[in-house]
Amino acid sequence: MYVAVKGGEKAIENAHAWLAEERRGSTDVAELSIAQIREQLGLAVNRVMAEGSLFDPELAALAIKQARGDLIEAIFLIRAYRTTLPRFGYSKPMETGQMACDRRISATFKDAPGGQVLGSTFDYTHRLLDFKLAADGEVAPAPQNPPCEDPTLHITEFLRGENIIQDEPRSDDAPGDLTREPMEFPSNRPLRLQSLARGDEGFVLGMAYSTQRGYARNHAFVGELRIGKVSVEMDIPELGFAIEIGEVELTECETVNQFKGSKTEPPQFTRGYGLVFGQSERKSIAMALLDRALRWEELGEDNLGAPAQDEEFVLSHADNIQATGFLEHIKLPHYVDFQSELELVRKLRREAEGRNSPKEVAE
Amino acid sequence: MADHTILANTKRQEWMGLLARVPEEVLTALWGEYEAHPTYEWLRRPEVGGVMVRGRTGGTGSPFNLGEMTVTRCSLVLEDGTVGHGYVQGRSKTKAEVAAVIDALMQTEAAEVIRARVLAPLRQQMQEAKTARAAKAAATKVEFFTMVRGEDR
Repeated sequence: MYVAVKGGEKAIENAHAWLAEERRGSTDVAELSIAQIREQLGLAVNRVMAEGSLFDPELAALAIKQARGDLIEAIFLIRAYRTTLPRFGYSKPMETGQMACDRRISATFKDAPGGQVLGSTFDYTHRLLDFKLAADGEVAPAPQNPPCEDPTLHITEFLRGENIIQDEPRSDDAPGDLTREPMEFPSNRPLRLQSLARGDEGFVLGMAYSTQRGYARNHAFVGELRIGKVSVEMDIPELGFAIEIGEVELTECETVNQFKGSKTEPPQFTRGYGLVFGQSERKSIAMALLDRALRWEELGEDNLGAPAQDEEFVLSHADNIQATGFLEHIKLPHYVDFQSELELVRKLRREAEGRNSPKEVAE
Repeated sequence: MADHTILANTKRQEWMGLLARVPEEVLTALWGEYEAHPTYEWLRRPEVGGVMVRGRTGGTGSPFNLGEMTVTRCSLVLEDGTVGHGYVQGRSKTKAEVAAVIDALMQTEAAEVIRARVLAPLRQQMQEAKTARAAKAAATKVEFFTMVRGEDR
């Protein structure tokens, strides 16, 4: 139990003043601007937006600066900020098939219609430290080829044409929103996807990895991974029609998984789905693997007792703000609790010693 | 709804969508060069809020809530009674205000001038930026060749 304590105001104030000074670091070094963080630490900004569950690169950059680069602390700041925002409404579901793709690859079809577009990837780099970056920041402009600006069809659409992959029937059912009502179990796929999209990248990665190592293995291929901008539309009541209210960068991963078929379904491929704010492909692939593992019941598979199949386990532990809040609170003053436990242990010790050596007690 | 109303709404969707997406500094620079800034009264002062953005399972299936984005909105009325709405991405009250004024003016006789001097250059800049990214992406398009393996011979 946490019991409020009084006092320490001056020490706290001084601690925060020192924090500000440490955050600034040596004044011999130029101060970081928000624009520098936004432009040059883009993937950190993306992670804070994804797990903070708020698309706003400027705010995420500010949070990273304030948190001294501690991304979970930055995510905490964003989550706290978003609770202060009035909710204007819900967007129409985005059409990721209309994405302006910066990157689009398929591990299943080498001749994917629309082609394999690598984008600005770390893949195929040698992972050797580049000391040129320590010396100067000059870069040559990236090469350009004649662009194709037509939308790129999803890979799964081709498989769907052959009727050998499980369908994702379009619906307009309003999904549950875990920022409005607390999560209850059993949940459903839309709520699971919302929870995983804002879940901790490390946790989601670790759980997805466990499925690859054999804990509810689901034989995933990356059918498609795409990164790019998608427009967001919302119905505006005062206008009576929908308008585009902006655009967001997304990473989308669709896995194609094995499936033997069941009593009601012919043998066919099944799907896992990952969608994340920003450029975040590790997270989106991991999300797709976990989504697929959590669908065991719906697809008539056996519960193997694997952690990745247990939605209550996965979803209750995926949120790093809930986790860090509960974990870190134990460092706050627990003096009253501890005093009572201390008393109890002393009492038990006295009783135990009394039983073992009655003479000493008599003394 | 009459055909002309649908057409007018489509045009309005186009300019409001453009104003929502453009970078604030580009918009305010072009707006600053336009002299005839009208007077207006607020119907709703600029307010910053969040919109919950939705995706679909598997890209095509049931909607789910992905996360929020920041949006700023406002509404105003010109002296002649024309109402303008601003709904823009981000947290800039100035950008929302300029967007609402332009939305109102686009429904008046000033439309052609605004279109030529503000919207057309905005659209062109946005298109150029989009094309440049697409061109860089196109330069990274690969053809993978599968090698003949020993056991296939």
